[in-house]
Amino acid sequence: MASSAKEPVDISVAMVTDPVPLADWLIIAPLILCTIFGAVLLMVRKDTRLQPIIALPGLVALVVIAAALLAHVVSSGPVTMTMGRWLPPFGISFTVDILGALLTLTGAIAALAGGIYGAGDVNNSGRRYGFYPFLFLMMAGVSGAFLTGDIFNLYVWFEVLLIASFGLLILGSERGQIDGATKYAFLNLVATTFFLIATGYLYGIFGTLNMADIALKAQAMEEKAPLVTLLSLYFLAFGMKAAAFPVNFWLPASYHTPRVVVSALFAGLLTKVGVYAFMRVALVLFPAERDMLGWVIAVIAALTMILGAMGALAQTDFRRLLGYLVISGIGIMFAGIALASPGGISAAIFYALHSMIVMTALYLASGLAARASGGFSIAGSGGIYTTHPFLAAVTLILFFAVSGLPPFSGLWPKVILVKASLDVGAWWLAGAVLLSGFLTTIAVGRVWVLSYWRPAPEAAAAGEEANLNPVIDYAPLVMLTAIVVVLGMFPQQILELSQVGTEQLLNPIEYIRSVFPAGGAQ
Amino acid sequence: MEVPMAFLVAIFFAVSIYLFLSRHIIRILLGAAILSNAVNLLIFTSGRLTREIPPILPAGGATEGIVTANPLPQALILTAIVIAFSFFAFLLVLSYRAYQELGTDDTNEMRFAEPEEQKLPPLGY
Repeated sequence: MASSAKEPVDISVAMVTDPVPLADWLIIAPLILCTIFGAVLLMVRKDTRLQPIIALPGLVALVVIAAALLAHVVSSGPVTMTMGRWLPPFGISFTVDILGALLTLTGAIAALAGGIYGAGDVNNSGRRYGFYPFLFLMMAGVSGAFLTGDIFNLYVWFEVLLIASFGLLILGSERGQIDGATKYAFLNLVATTFFLIATGYLYGIFGTLNMADIALKAQAMEEKAPLVTLLSLYFLAFGMKAAAFPVNFWLPASYHTPRVVVSALFAGLLTKVGVYAFMRVALVLFPAERDMLGWVIAVIAALTMILGAMGALAQTDFRRLLGYLVISGIGIMFAGIALASPGGISAAIFYALHSMIVMTALYLASGLAARASGGFSIAGSGGIYTTHPFLAAVTLILFFAVSGLPPFSGLWPKVILVKASLDVGAWWLAGAVLLSGFLTTIAVGRVWVLSYWRPAPEAAAAGEEANLNPVIDYAPLVMLTAIVVVLGMFPQQILELSQVGTEQLLNPIEYIRSVFPAGGAQ
Repeated sequence: MEVPMAFLVAIFFAVSIYLFLSRHIIRILLGAAILSNAVNLLIFTSGRLTREIPPILPAGGATEGIVTANPLPQALILTAIVIAFSFFAFLLVLSYRAYQELGTDDTNEMRFAEPEEQKLPPLGY
């Protein structure tokens, strides 16, 4: 049989022979777009005037592509594209379900807002050091992590977004930035190394890295391999990336040091990638093991949300306060994963979308507030309400949303989550959600009273009057706030989408079938 | 062969964790370098250590029944080495800049982002 070298080899046993449908190219279109724009912007980085002119249409295109991908996934279920045409599990598959597509779209919107704000906030030296190229490469990493269906590939995208985020973090090379970046860099390196260790063990157990393949094999593997240990290792790695309680200290040490727009992008995008990865691993790959770890995740979630909100109460710096609010929100998402009921997970998905938009908007608002009142310290600033009433009104909406007060987008996921935890009798988890919301209200209420409502202290009033540009400064903030308001008023559609996404996570049969159309690996 | 390799990986991990516990950035950096090598060896071992022929097709096409070495862990390690190397290069420069700018490599004294005595927010209005 080996001698028949002249006979044509039947490649259909090992390779995808059908051409990829045109619509499926949407799966990797965000990555191609981000990489090309990143490379082009890197080549013209000396031309600081040209940078935003090239970058902003690219970010708009990213939003459009992500929206088209979401529409495609909603209409035809999870879709898969396999690289190099090797049949999965040998080729690297990109598999998108509703959760991945929703997060990609929301991330693209946050990046667009950051890109517009950056046109006004990042000065020429920041542009020359590569703000826009790094932004696109970070978006390539973030979208890649949301879209991939291969766990080692997920690790690679984590590293892509991490190294791009290093570049963004030290954009000004100031003392505080280098100090913050040192802690951020080392602790995140440790976190991704834990991820790699866990993936090494996972490969040793299953002999495959394709997530759908692992999900199939894990059902048969129960009791034969230390899968709970493996999931705990993943929980540590992703908890560290997401800044969950005992391993969250890199976040408040670094998120307030870079430029405001960089903080905004980090707060909107990076921690959520950790939450997403844990959702994927815990709910799709190891659901039975997650049930055993459920109470650990629940305790961590409750501690994260309460201690995050308490940390926010103790801060005088507006941006550090927001950093603790990011942590508190992570706790709420983990609470949804801990419950793992349809209600809990759809609340976690909804809250992730809400948190990406709201935290980005709040950091942008804090930047404008600092320019309007002369500093980030809430002890030393004031009078924004009289000088910039519109900014004050928008910020108040965001404060309501982040505390989970009606009628804005933070309310619905918390309502669903409280109900879901009461349904399983976890009254203490419901109480923690409500208590963290209460503490958050006090923390942001104090910022509102001191920085916005209070008349300006004399020292701050002496500073020069800030001129805020109505387009590039306000437009991204207004865009994000409009989303917050619409999500709060008309949550039905997003709620239904997150419920469908939850079903795809809890019963990943469609996800697996999209990777293995024949019905399973041999 | 896997058992001695497991002990070797354990020693690598122990050394890197010991170095990570230091207050000095340069030792943490060395710990990071050793940690990445520990992980590479771990992936290599978890792909099973077998002495087989290289996974290259002979000229006559594929032959049934020949056991070849597993190329996948090597591809994973290659990726991990490249990533770890670029991270190490970045961290090395970052640590040097931190030493220049902050004047110390002792993490206890690096308090520019988080000053030691922080004021509480005003308690009254």
